[in-house]
Amino acid sequence: MFKGIGASSGIAIGKAFVLEKEILNIQRNTIENLENEKGKLQKALALSKQQVEAIQNKSDEEQKNILNAHLMILEDPELISNVEEKITSEKLNVEAALEDVLNMLASIFESMEDEYMKERAADIRDVGERLMMNLFGKEMLNLAELEEAVIIVAHDITPSDTAQMDKEKVIGFITDIGGRTSHSAIMARSMEIPAIVGLGSITENVKTGDFLIFDGSEGIVMVNPNQSMIAEYEARKEKEMAEKKELRKLVNSDTISRDGRRVELGANIGNPKDAKKSNENGAEGIGLYRTEFLYMDRTSLPTEEEQFQAYKEVLEIMGERPVVIRTLDIGGDKELPYMNLPREMNPFLGYRAIRICLEEKDIFKTQLRALLRASIYGNLKIMYPMISSLEEIRQANEVLEEVKRDLEKDNIGYSSHIEVGIMIEIPAAAIISDMLAKEVDFFSIGTNDLIQYTTAVDRMNEKISYLYNPFNPAVLRLINMVIKNGHEAGIWVGMCGEVAGDPRLIPILLGMGLDEFSMSAGSILPARKQIQGLSYEEMKEIADKVLEMATADTIEKFITQYV
Amino acid sequence: MISQKITVKNVAGLHARPATLLVKEASKYQSDITIVKNDREGNAKSILGVMAMAAKKGDEIEIRVDGSDEKEALAAIITLFEFNFGEE
Repeated sequence: MFKGIGASSGIAIGKAFVLEKEILNIQRNTIENLENEKGKLQKALALSKQQVEAIQNKSDEEQKNILNAHLMILEDPELISNVEEKITSEKLNVEAALEDVLNMLASIFESMEDEYMKERAADIRDVGERLMMNLFGKEMLNLAELEEAVIIVAHDITPSDTAQMDKEKVIGFITDIGGRTSHSAIMARSMEIPAIVGLGSITENVKTGDFLIFDGSEGIVMVNPNQSMIAEYEARKEKEMAEKKELRKLVNSDTISRDGRRVELGANIGNPKDAKKSNENGAEGIGLYRTEFLYMDRTSLPTEEEQFQAYKEVLEIMGERPVVIRTLDIGGDKELPYMNLPREMNPFLGYRAIRICLEEKDIFKTQLRALLRASIYGNLKIMYPMISSLEEIRQANEVLEEVKRDLEKDNIGYSSHIEVGIMIEIPAAAIISDMLAKEVDFFSIGTNDLIQYTTAVDRMNEKISYLYNPFNPAVLRLINMVIKNGHEAGIWVGMCGEVAGDPRLIPILLGMGLDEFSMSAGSILPARKQIQGLSYEEMKEIADKVLEMATADTIEKFITQYV
Repeated sequence: MISQKITVKNVAGLHARPATLLVKEASKYQSDITIVKNDREGNAKSILGVMAMAAKKGDEIEIRVDGSDEKEALAAIITLFEFNFGEE
């Protein structure tokens, strides 16, 4: 049994296909006929271009973009002239010259601070490998030509590997290197095939044809397991598939409890692609669009136009369904290097989110302008994060009104019925939520921070993680209070933290009267199934009982009988 | 040879998309086109060369053009910069 990092969930059962990257023996020779070496380079470049174009014809949009970058590298005069110059000046054979230049280029990009630029090193190595194979007259293994469905076992999976993969023929893949955010892991999740990465030396321990079982959520691989083990996992896989199929039937149904209480299940997303995925998973809206991803992994602020395009895309994907877009929430654990924010002793209690936006009004205005312009394409709701006082709401709304006036001056349209709400994630806001409710259109409870601030527990600190508990009675009482205060003022109340999708908390939240539950897309269908089986009236009683319990432990034990 | 100094004004700097546009434009001309930043030189027709310069907003760079169509080439490249590579 081998243990790695589970990168994409699901059970895979099948034969191994070990992707052997040929180890090329690159020698360094002194060459007399230099023109001959340069000719070889040109041939290898031309052949590589043809190959990449052929793969490109069969790939999807995202892969096409990656391969476009590969083509540009193959046509790059700098790359070509560097290799040619090395051949001439050092009388070096083409293979050694190419190796030197590739190493030099890859190391330049690897040493850059920007994540985007770092990733370009992988592209250079990928293209380099293809060129080198062509120089040696060897064929690169073509994953598009697999004859039967297999589990790919590889040192690493490169962008051109995934671009060639036929989802029908690849049951899953496992690799020696990589982590949760490496290219291989991201692609596995987006292709929805099980994968484990970072197994160390799995390629040395598995041969092509070996029988493998692995579970992408546990990160465990079994090589040539016995019959009873195979039977067990086949049964588990079948159960998994049957449950999935059962759940898929609920994609287009409403979320209504047994006794007729209707709630809305939304998705938490970070980009337009996630919005498509949440659609496939039956989301009734977007409960939280985290806009900070537009600002991250780059070297400068996104423009109004870039933001407008992203917001518009999400709104169009969701059509009439509501889309709650949260304004910039940086600071805390989310840093933007190009903003040069000062280091703080307590970043979670510091200069972050709305506090930055009310100070750096230009940044805030650009975002609000993009949001308002996009509002005509769907059902937009704007949400301010980290609100701790009424003054902040008023100040933020003042900026919003100012931006609206600017748009009117410029004759640019925006929707006339945009709801504006706030995140309730600071105890101070929860405690005066009766007063805040009079000045906003909705609340969304952010449990991740609410728990952290209520219990004074840094959620990154492992030593005290046992105190970070959603069953904490103080936290549950605060949540209940916010919902009641919201309803008394006639506004709807949602929740967009991890807790909203937790099957152990859903019965309590339903009983408290929560109107909207926003969660990761994958949790929506299981949550819908659960709520359809619950009675709202019964859960009201359950919630009342829970609110009288004094310890987290008692509550957790009590609630398990309803899950 | 002619040259002109210019400040990178677009927010993304010479990052992925602007770099691609610059290389595509530069490749239309016969002349050699070089970007110079802090004494480091990069070939404007090379995506690797341009991106490796990692020019950010606010950086001052010099564009040097040498060849038969140098005037047109320099004008075209300066225009790209002045229009912030089509960003807002």
